Amino acid sequence: MEWIDYVAPTTVGEAVSLMASKGDRAKVIAGGTDILVMLRGRRRSADVLVDVKEIPELNEVSYDPQNGLVLGAAVPCYRIYQNQDVAAAYPGLIDAASLIGGIQIQGRASIGGNLCNAAPSGDSIPPVIVLGGVCNIAGPDGTRQVPAEDFCTAPGQNVLKAGEILVSISLPAPQANSGAKYLRFIPRNEMDIAVAGVGSSVLLDEGGQNFVSARIALASVAPTPVLASEAGESLVGKPVSEEAVQEASEKAQAAASPISDMRGTVRQRTHLVGVLTRRTLNQAIQRARGEE
Amino acid sequence: MAGVTHVQTTINGEQVNFLCEPRQSLLECLRDVLGLTGTKEGCNDGNCGACTVILDGRIVDSCLVLGVEVQGREITTIEGIASPEGLHPLQQCFLEHAALQCGICTPGFIVAAKGLLDSEKDVDEHRVREWLAGNLCRCTGYDKIVRAVLDASERMKQAG
Repeated sequence: MEWIDYVAPTTVGEAVSLMASKGDRAKVIAGGTDILVMLRGRRRSADVLVDVKEIPELNEVSYDPQNGLVLGAAVPCYRIYQNQDVAAAYPGLIDAASLIGGIQIQGRASIGGNLCNAAPSGDSIPPVIVLGGVCNIAGPDGTRQVPAEDFCTAPGQNVLKAGEILVSISLPAPQANSGAKYLRFIPRNEMDIAVAGVGSSVLLDEGGQNFVSARIALASVAPTPVLASEAGESLVGKPVSEEAVQEASEKAQAAASPISDMRGTVRQRTHLVGVLTRRTLNQAIQRARGEE
Repeated sequence: MAGVTHVQTTINGEQVNFLCEPRQSLLECLRDVLGLTGTKEGCNDGNCGACTVILDGRIVDSCLVLGVEVQGREITTIEGIASPEGLHPLQQCFLEHAALQCGICTPGFIVAAKGLLDSEKDVDEHRVREWLAGNLCRCTGYDKIVRAVLDASERMKQAG
């Protein structure tokens, strides 16, 4: 790795001024599981690493049943799944937090970092999208909020402008009769990058028989994780049925624009989107009905 | 441009001071600065787990931690696993089950397994395999490693 300086600011303001003064020569380090590998491989270059783990707002995990979750951007995966309130409220998020990398990676890697890294395959991004996640950003001009589905703009690119940092992710409180699930396909059992991933969330009526609303998001089948809006909207108002789930899975396939590469072909990935959409919808329905 | 940074930390129960460049990983600091060469470098990008250490109670890949990040933290490396009385049950079980061949992955496996057995008393094969998914071995084939960890877990339970 080239020579690099290191600073660990303790306030958001300090981090923002550092980022603003150094422009693209400053890079944020949270868990370091992506940025250090990229700096070492010379796929990124920087003069200074800004460690954001000393900033309280980026380390916050606060959940309350009325207001939902505020998840600091640097909170590592293990702190999410070890938090019993969060694990009970957002099992769809836990699906992703507990399958990213191995235990060592989960000790460092964060959901905020996964978003900022903006890999098409970011496993935690579809669940954050389908759970209605909002990215809280701070910059030289103040703060702004961006829906999670709009955060990643291209492979490795995101909406952050010069001087801006991702502070936290807000998830609304889970509604009664709602459920979510994330699944990915990898050829191994653990420690791999998704060939395709799908997150689904559903809100059912009180009897658990009809869809009130649904969201479906895809990973590894487009330049960024994507919200398959039409797929989710196709379920609104319909009775829960195999036919409705099948139709949504076909619409999800239509929303995918995969490429063929070393991990999979267009055909395999399209097929996987169909299978994983049906499985995640069915498991989200079970969770919404309290059957899991 | 700043020069080297002074870091004060606790390694295997002892307070340690060292100087490092901000770009140096904890792995490089342990091996090249402090001479603690038990921790091994495998892939150097977080895939193989050979460099696993325990940082404030959590296992991490030391290749993905900067030396400057461990100021004021507590680290356990393979050198801190055995006690003056003898080998840790994990080390003893790795020997008895022949859970190593070339040995490069062994420190990482033992430190990672210690991270598990320190926090969970009742582990089954599935849990051990899941926990050790971040550690790669090219010779032993995992079965002996998993059996050694399960045996160590039993012995630690019996010893209380």
